[in-house]
Amino acid sequence: MSSISNLSGQFEKLVGSDRVHTSEAVLKGFAIAGCAPMAVLKPRAAEEVAEIACFAAAEKLAVLACGSRSKLELGMAPQRYDLALDMSGICQIAHYDPGDLTVSVDAGMPLKELSEALAEKNQFLPLAVPCSATSTVGGAIASGIDSTLRQQYGTSRDFLIGAEFVDGTGKQCKSGGRVVKNVTGYDLHKLLIGSLGTLGVITRLNFRTFPLPELRNAFVAAFPAMEAALNFHASLLKSGLPFSNLELFDPQFSALLAGYSNRTAVGVPKSLGTVGWHVFASFEGIAGVMERIQRELRERCNQAQAAHNETLDARNSPQWNDALRESFDWLRSAALNGALLRIVLPQWAPGDVVELHQVLNQSPLRLAFALRACNVAYLALQSEGEDAQTNAAMERYVSDVYSRAAAKKGSATLLHSPAWLKDRINVWGTKRIDFPLMQRVKQAFDPHNIFAPGRFVGGI
Amino acid sequence: MPARRGNYYSGNAATFCRRPLMDTALIRELKSLLGPANVLSQKEDLMLYEFDGSVEKARPEVVVFPLSTEHVSCIVKLAAKYQVPVVGRGAGTGLSGGALALGGGVMIVFARMNRVLEIDLENRRVVVQPGVVNLDITRAAEKADLYFAPDPSSQKSCTIGGNVAENSGGPHTLAYGLTVNHVAALELVLPDGEIVRVGSRHGDSPGYDLCGLFVGSEGTLALVTEITVKLSRKAEAVKTLLAIFDAVGDASCTVVEMTASGITPAACEMLDGWTLCAVEDYIHAGFPRDSAAVLLIEVEGVREAVESQAAAIGEICKLNHARDVRTARDDSERDLLWKGRRNAFGALGRLAPSNYVLDGVIPRSKLPEALEQIHAIGKKHGFQIGNVFHAGDGNLHPIVLYDPRDTEQFKRAIATAEEIIRMCVSLGGSLTGEHGVGMEKNELMPLLFSDADFDLMRRIHDVFNPDSSLNPGKIFPLSKGCGEIRVRKSGQAAGARP
Repeated sequence: MSSISNLSGQFEKLVGSDRVHTSEAVLKGFAIAGCAPMAVLKPRAAEEVAEIACFAAAEKLAVLACGSRSKLELGMAPQRYDLALDMSGICQIAHYDPGDLTVSVDAGMPLKELSEALAEKNQFLPLAVPCSATSTVGGAIASGIDSTLRQQYGTSRDFLIGAEFVDGTGKQCKSGGRVVKNVTGYDLHKLLIGSLGTLGVITRLNFRTFPLPELRNAFVAAFPAMEAALNFHASLLKSGLPFSNLELFDPQFSALLAGYSNRTAVGVPKSLGTVGWHVFASFEGIAGVMERIQRELRERCNQAQAAHNETLDARNSPQWNDALRESFDWLRSAALNGALLRIVLPQWAPGDVVELHQVLNQSPLRLAFALRACNVAYLALQSEGEDAQTNAAMERYVSDVYSRAAAKKGSATLLHSPAWLKDRINVWGTKRIDFPLMQRVKQAFDPHNIFAPGRFVGGI
Repeated sequence: MPARRGNYYSGNAATFCRRPLMDTALIRELKSLLGPANVLSQKEDLMLYEFDGSVEKARPEVVVFPLSTEHVSCIVKLAAKYQVPVVGRGAGTGLSGGALALGGGVMIVFARMNRVLEIDLENRRVVVQPGVVNLDITRAAEKADLYFAPDPSSQKSCTIGGNVAENSGGPHTLAYGLTVNHVAALELVLPDGEIVRVGSRHGDSPGYDLCGLFVGSEGTLALVTEITVKLSRKAEAVKTLLAIFDAVGDASCTVVEMTASGITPAACEMLDGWTLCAVEDYIHAGFPRDSAAVLLIEVEGVREAVESQAAAIGEICKLNHARDVRTARDDSERDLLWKGRRNAFGALGRLAPSNYVLDGVIPRSKLPEALEQIHAIGKKHGFQIGNVFHAGDGNLHPIVLYDPRDTEQFKRAIATAEEIIRMCVSLGGSLTGEHGVGMEKNELMPLLFSDADFDLMRRIHDVFNPDSSLNPGKIFPLSKGCGEIRVRKSGQAAGARP
């Protein structure tokens, strides 16, 4: 590997001198766990990305593509990190065919801008992901972060119909297409979802879009006891009613949500003032469907003996949806010295939730918990101090969560944690049985191991 | 260990024909592994396995029926020892030659691995062996009002293993997606015999989406030996509409307008007038004989939404000059309409010795233009082409009737097919929406993919199937070599009928 002074000239040849940044202040903004790259390059086109990747492969430089950098901390810190690609310069809508409900968009385009363009045609992308003020389309896909609309629209796997990307040999590749039904060739774009930039640099993504629903309403119910809330939540899941989101929060999560709502000037919804567990449901469609769902929810709520319930209409439900969409972001802020875990179990029994809470009795840690759609739970561990005893308790708790999830054939992932904890606990958990196959996929995409080495599952 | 015969897949179609006949020692070993009843090696038996639903044919040298994953692993190891290729097969209903033994060798037929291993209604999962028939998954779950959403027209006979290999679709793909959207986990046997598992039962585990890669890989990366599928809940309300049109253009404009206005029915099928008559003669489903086209539209969901959607669809049909919009009054009327749709290809089969069902995709807004072009291409080649297809997602199924005994006509049918598929691509579409590439369209792949795309797909292929021992000659164009991309001329398919 050559030194930075030798390489700077080469970088300038690749993207132009105004698009190479080496000042400490800029580099710091791209650092992961204190490790900054030697340069930030801002390509203008996929062709430039390909040239950079070619160069990086020849020079054995490690490359990480970045969008808005809102979720850089996901995964392990990369083992090597030489170049950051600032993808925000590749940010156009390449094709939008409203009549076909398909859109093809550059990776660096902010999701917010894309949403605005789609809304003009009364359409949207059901990618309700956090950090929505800045998040790019490429980052949303590469991070694989959860969408709060998953219950109804599925994950991006269900509506990403094609992609263009640069592989580890510096070639521009593509898979899928721009039609909603297609089985031509290997579905390589599915592999890019949640790959954290370890397979290639995404340059363009093709999606199926959806018509904006006429109405989006919501409902929240408060319960003094966990058991009743869990039963209510489970009964809604079984009801067959078409919820777009369905979440269950513990009291601490509710308090944090209220705090966030207060800060963002939305105001604390009445129901959140009620101490206890909450079940939140959102749903969309025409007025007749809204009325029917609300009626059934109220009836079920009465049977379940909720302490309080509230229907949220077009005036206040968007704020709730936005606040919950951002929960990843405000949970990690609330757990700055603590940790944020994502836990998936094949099935959540009341006992599972009880156990996660009970372990914390007599511990210096506080816990905020939400059971989200599709058996995904978020668990924030708030730590008051950073003393050895607190840290030891946190490490014990987190390892315990990993073991419990594994024992129930589920999985746990650390979405946010202090660097010391990542040094002691692999955020991805123990290697899965299909790990050797993942290594083969990585080898095929990135034979020189230039893309974010070490960041992904099992040290890929 | 017999002497290596060279790589049996060298990227040259002629290589397949030159490979020497199978070593009888392999057949002996297979018989001792599986028992003689599970091994076929007589010519008259093998002939039954040289066809599938496509127009191609290729004969395996031995057909085996494993009963377990361990059998599959041992078979693959034996094949590797004797350096013969292996191809997996379900019911052989595929339409792209995916289950044909292009390289000869061992054909593994999964028909006897047909057990439903576990039904978990609580979590909406069913674990099955690959030989389970698609519809039997729904039958196993319907008492709980659950069903398996992918519904290829052949769902009464096609197997889930084949569906997984081809990432099969069906009429209800429009709302519910292809097979890949309903598979949570797989057990696989790799070409070296290793047994591996990918995905997870709950369908959400850290790591690359290997399930998404293997589903639809057309048996070129691994053999699937166990599948965990996701079940869907039956909708509380269903309405099935039959919109009747006097002009094909009006029917296709209806689909365009419906899509653009944001209505996504559960299914939206088109049958043209010529096909309707054939179907009516065969099924007596109540389709009008004197119409130019009908749309079979189904809306599902919450009662209130279904009512409103059906009304909106009716309006759009009327605005586009539908002569009549009928609603199925009960389940038996609905079933009859669907029976007519599902058996349309069979009905057309009564009109000619053979038919070639194509599978192309176009952006939905291009539907009127595409149908006109199909008509013109058919006319140019002297064929009347029927159209029975998934209009809602732009997935065309033009059907060319021909006589395979007439070599010249067969060649024209192939040329017609190729021209139609090229037209789909030129409209911004794709080569296949649900049937797969197989050996039918591999030579057309360069219409969509560049050298760089092939390089990466080839590397993915090679990390799993380095010797091309699994299903050789599929997906990748054989004529492509040394950087030069050629599209094979029509009718040169290896072993093609007649």
